[in-house]
Amino acid sequence: MTHHAAGTGPGPVTDHAGRPLRALNPFDAARDADAVPAAAAPGEAPGARRPRGGFWSRPVVRVVGGAVLPLLLLGVWHAVTTGGLVPPYQLPTPLSVWDAALDLVARGQLQTHVAISVQRVLVGFVVGAAAGLVLGSLVGLSRAADVLLAPLLGGVRAVPSLAWVPLLILWLKIGEESKVTLIAIGAFFPVYTTVAAALRHVDPHLVEAGRAFGLRGVRLLQTVQLPAVLPSVLSGLRLALAQAWLFLVAAELIASSMGLGFLLNDSQQNGRVDRILLAIVLLALLGKLSDSLVALGERALLRRYA
Amino acid sequence: MALTTPARTRADRPAHGVVLHDVRRTFPTPTGGRPVLRGVDVELRAGEIVALVGPSGCGKSTLLRQVSGLDIPDGGRVLLDGTPVAGIDRRTAVAFQEPRLLPWRTLAQNVALGLPAGTPKDAGRARVAELLRLMGLEESAGLRPRQVSGGMAQRASLARALARNPGVLLLDEPFGALDALTRLRMQDLLLDVHAAEPATVLLVTHDVEEALYLADRVLLLRSLVAAPDDAPSVARVIDVPGRRPRDRADQRLAELRAELLEGLGVATHHVRPGDADDHHSI
Repeated sequence: MTHHAAGTGPGPVTDHAGRPLRALNPFDAARDADAVPAAAAPGEAPGARRPRGGFWSRPVVRVVGGAVLPLLLLGVWHAVTTGGLVPPYQLPTPLSVWDAALDLVARGQLQTHVAISVQRVLVGFVVGAAAGLVLGSLVGLSRAADVLLAPLLGGVRAVPSLAWVPLLILWLKIGEESKVTLIAIGAFFPVYTTVAAALRHVDPHLVEAGRAFGLRGVRLLQTVQLPAVLPSVLSGLRLALAQAWLFLVAAELIASSMGLGFLLNDSQQNGRVDRILLAIVLLALLGKLSDSLVALGERALLRRYA
Repeated sequence: MALTTPARTRADRPAHGVVLHDVRRTFPTPTGGRPVLRGVDVELRAGEIVALVGPSGCGKSTLLRQVSGLDIPDGGRVLLDGTPVAGIDRRTAVAFQEPRLLPWRTLAQNVALGLPAGTPKDAGRARVAELLRLMGLEESAGLRPRQVSGGMAQRASLARALARNPGVLLLDEPFGALDALTRLRMQDLLLDVHAAEPATVLLVTHDVEEALYLADRVLLLRSLVAAPDDAPSVARVIDVPGRRPRDRADQRLAELRAELLEGLGVATHHVRPGDADDHHSI
């Protein structure tokens, strides 16, 4: 039936372990809305509706539960380093990493590293995702573009990210352009692939209905096709953002004088394991934070459209 | 589904006559062309209701799609009021077997999709509200398609088609997927709508009784697969007697029903009046 079209896409949104992320799935959003009239079961007080899955679905449990393992890890880290189980030149204590952070902040360096890395990721992500959206729409909607473009782009996608670095440096020098371009390449493919695939599978019945009511070209794309593939576009964007952070470090490790990747490389040269750990923790925090922000936007959009 | 507020007749929207002249359509297959329509010569009078019945794959929907402009004939001409159909025609509107509503839009927003391009906002909103009332959907205007029943979704789909102010309303098995009672109600609703806003209606149906209850004429199509090479698609044209609304148990309709079903190759075990007196035909 028609509402299948809303869920057309690569399937549920999953986390890194492949488990579906409940709140982010268009399918769950649909079930939530359906459940509203049914929720007022006889004999149940209003507001007593418990979220599906009981205990583990409570918002508080989800926030606190998500912090349990990282805090535990921090505790173990602290215990093994202060207890002398691991020598500090291999694994410094959490406190010394914190001190390294304060030290770099005092010198005004950490802010610069973080800011430049975030800027590179954002610019590269926006450029790559926009290009992915345009070319993905083209290849997904036009037979001719599919025949002409898809094989070439498939080949380009197969090139490992690091293979581009020598060429980019040769052509664009060791400036911002080379790094942003590499990140854009990384962000491009998840968006391009998901959008092209999803557009090919939009319910042809819906598209025909749109055509029957006089919609064509860009208006048909706006009114029927893009809303129908919105869930896939959004999960493509999240993948692209993760990929952008990945490519950032690749770019900064090799040729840069600023940024978190530079901090990693530089600290390796100087034997500053505390700063290496600091950079890794920062990458984890920034990556998770940006993903959560996009996830919030995704949720709002899906509530409106799916 | 009786109407509480009869919609005003729209004099600004004339019903269109439809002429199909020698229309031919062949679908390409790996083993050569498969003829679907051949020699279709039909004239629909303005405001008439014509039903298309026939076995599966006989080209009923294909014929309807020639009139809507969703498909283009390989030969022959399709004329609306004397001018040929080229591409999607503004003067026609289609309701499909499935409601085909956009799942992310409310019923009202879906109906608004049918409004002709360039409709002023206020006029459009008033028209959508009027149609939702006509369909008994005013309470559900803000709901999404998945929140309503199949019959309600199908009514919204019909409202969307009517929003286009069509001179020719094309219905492709619009009630086929509904339960029996809802289907009967929808048939009466369609007649009410037709009385209020008379358009020419071309209705594809599997249901012989539905065809006889609704239509002025019934066209019986044959499948070209088993037919001789020169046989045209339209096997028979039946003028349905009586004025609408018709008595569903009318004896004359029962006779025609048996005739049509036999034309479709279905044994009816129909006993003509006088042959026996303890049999009921319907």
